[in-house]
Amino acid sequence: MQINFIRKLIFDEKIRSIVIQTLVIGFFALMVYSISQTTAYNLEKRGIGTGFEFLGMSAGYDISFSMIEFTSKDTHLRAYYVGVINTLLVSVFGIILATILGFLVGIIRLSSNWLFRNVAYVYVEFTRNVPVLLQIILWYSILIHLPKIKQAIQFFEYFYLSNRGLYSPAPIFKEGFSIVTWSFILAVVFSFFLRRYLKNKQNETGRQFPIFYIVSAIIIFTPVIFFYIMGMPLEFEHPVLKGFNFVGGMVIRPEFAGMLLGLSIYTAAFISETVRSGIIAVSKGQREASQALGLKSSLVMRLIIIPQALRVIIPPLTSQFLNLTKNSSLGIAIGYSDLVHGFGGISLNQTGKAIEIMLIVMVTYLIMSLTISLLMNFYNRKVQFKGNA
Amino acid sequence: MRHIKSLIITLSLVLLTSTSFASTLDDVKARGVLKCGSNTGLAGFGLPNDAGVWEGIDVDVCRAVAAAVFGDASKVEYVPLTTKVRFTALQSGEIDMLSRNTTWTLQRDVELGLEFVGVNYYDGQGFMVPASIGVSSATELDGASVCIQVGTTTEMNLADYFSANGISYEAVPVETNSEADAAYIAGRCDVYTTDASGLYASRAGYPDPSAHIVLPEIISKEPLGPVVRHGDSAWADIARWSLNAMIIAEEKGITSSNVDEMKNSKDPEVLRLLGVSQVGDTGAGYGQWLGLSDDWAYQIIKQVGNYSESFEKHIGVNTPINIARGLNALYSDGGILYAPPFR
Repeated sequence: MQINFIRKLIFDEKIRSIVIQTLVIGFFALMVYSISQTTAYNLEKRGIGTGFEFLGMSAGYDISFSMIEFTSKDTHLRAYYVGVINTLLVSVFGIILATILGFLVGIIRLSSNWLFRNVAYVYVEFTRNVPVLLQIILWYSILIHLPKIKQAIQFFEYFYLSNRGLYSPAPIFKEGFSIVTWSFILAVVFSFFLRRYLKNKQNETGRQFPIFYIVSAIIIFTPVIFFYIMGMPLEFEHPVLKGFNFVGGMVIRPEFAGMLLGLSIYTAAFISETVRSGIIAVSKGQREASQALGLKSSLVMRLIIIPQALRVIIPPLTSQFLNLTKNSSLGIAIGYSDLVHGFGGISLNQTGKAIEIMLIVMVTYLIMSLTISLLMNFYNRKVQFKGNA
Repeated sequence: MRHIKSLIITLSLVLLTSTSFASTLDDVKARGVLKCGSNTGLAGFGLPNDAGVWEGIDVDVCRAVAAAVFGDASKVEYVPLTTKVRFTALQSGEIDMLSRNTTWTLQRDVELGLEFVGVNYYDGQGFMVPASIGVSSATELDGASVCIQVGTTTEMNLADYFSANGISYEAVPVETNSEADAAYIAGRCDVYTTDASGLYASRAGYPDPSAHIVLPEIISKEPLGPVVRHGDSAWADIARWSLNAMIIAEEKGITSSNVDEMKNSKDPEVLRLLGVSQVGDTGAGYGQWLGLSDDWAYQIIKQVGNYSESFEKHIGVNTPINIARGLNALYSDGGILYAPPFR
């Protein structure tokens, strides 16, 4: 009986795998438990206080680069929000910029023009083989060696470029502007349904409509018309040099610009390779067949090549988006107030709560990354072949 | 079976080394070298010279402790630390002591589980601006961009001071002293604020030091001193009295050059300090109370010098950093430097 049981343990594939998995999980749990116990014990022994009460305490330091109001009297929790927003800000803009640039370069890499092709090649090989940290620092050093504030370069009358950033007029929305915004949203929603309707019509009757032009016209002109009807409820506040700095207007700080350039130019090199491989992966016969059908080359690209290439491009593209988001934590190198720099750095130092804060920061990055993965997987499922192909 | 046994022993050893608490002095002696957290580079306080040898008044405290423990001031391994990681490095046992212009505050002393053992430089936060912008007081700085080292008390003083005076500013956060210098020189910020000593040290390294002025306002108390971990009082005592020995030596006029003659002094305190006289009739000097040899203080003075020698050599008026003794003079010379009696 007992021997039978042992034999089963060893030779029955199902039972054996259950036993091994239980052991592995058990060992892992034990490890996590002992690490946390040891840490707690050591912290207590060294008289270091633990807990999350510090989140409610006032931060005591200022963050100037913030999308929401923040003063030194606000709490560490609010500093955390500022960090999350700044990280998301540079990541989202970085992803958009990197995607556009990456697609462009990827297509240029396949161009028949020798010069374009090779410039793109050199760009890709150079940027993806130099550590992103160095590139960020390089961009930042270039930006802070722009002219000083008093010698700011003026262009288009109201724009100023200096080593403290690019100053531009800020829009001030007056009463009635919300109607313009709503008209824009309604136009977009209406165009969406109109497009679907015209598509169906085309599928039924074969008659083609200039959908792109119709939709663009609706989306652009509706808000413009409402803008004039409401009596142009928009003014601009211009930046004026007063004392040490420009007052008024909007500003793009060199820290933000440095991060954005460094991250997107680096990531775009990887994306361009992904795009190139995706396009090459579409079999030659597809292109030839569509040309044989008499389609224009722009239509061949849009209707035949890109949809099939996307199937190959999306999964590695997701990893690039994740990389960019995580690399945004390098903001600390040039003083960009992202999550790691502000909350994960200054708050950590002022409160000494290293373990708690690192835990929060790590979980936050995890959530951001998982959200990006989720969205991209959702999109990926949409572009994959459907049915029993 | 043997394998399992050795596995268990190894595992428990791994866990034990992270939890056990041997005395720091024993650890240091066994290692044969003192691990001292230092600045990543602040002229006059802690900076490697042309030959790669660390120098400065903060570094001298490390050297004094090494001289006391080993009788050899050079047995120090310097671990350059940023403001951000300095406390973690000390708490985790990566270093034995921290001597890098660190301000003594309640929170650091108590809640971070640290122990400040004294003050080796009385400092205060100041502001430096280019002379060309024509500002003579910190209250005229409304709207300025201010370079500030993150994770420091200066950051919080600045927020308090400017908000109390209704001054708005743009904080430009930088990680290290050298980054701050670069940003300030490039004109990314109008003002650089940190401890006044740090401003003088930075200014000495600028292409044209006279083009920058330090404003008269000193907005905070910044007592800078060496730090050890909380919980090992014996080790804290060694660090504390190594620093005190340097101050007492200045008080008594003992220098590195006359320390041998001073062994014949008539002053009983000097004789106690230099390990000449014994405690009662125990046959041993005062070093025994600290677990050190009797000539520990002698070695400090011989190899490192007294406080004044260290100060004048690294940051005094005859150096490029050019700081007057001011608050850091002995209490008998108009300063507030004061060591408890050696008895």
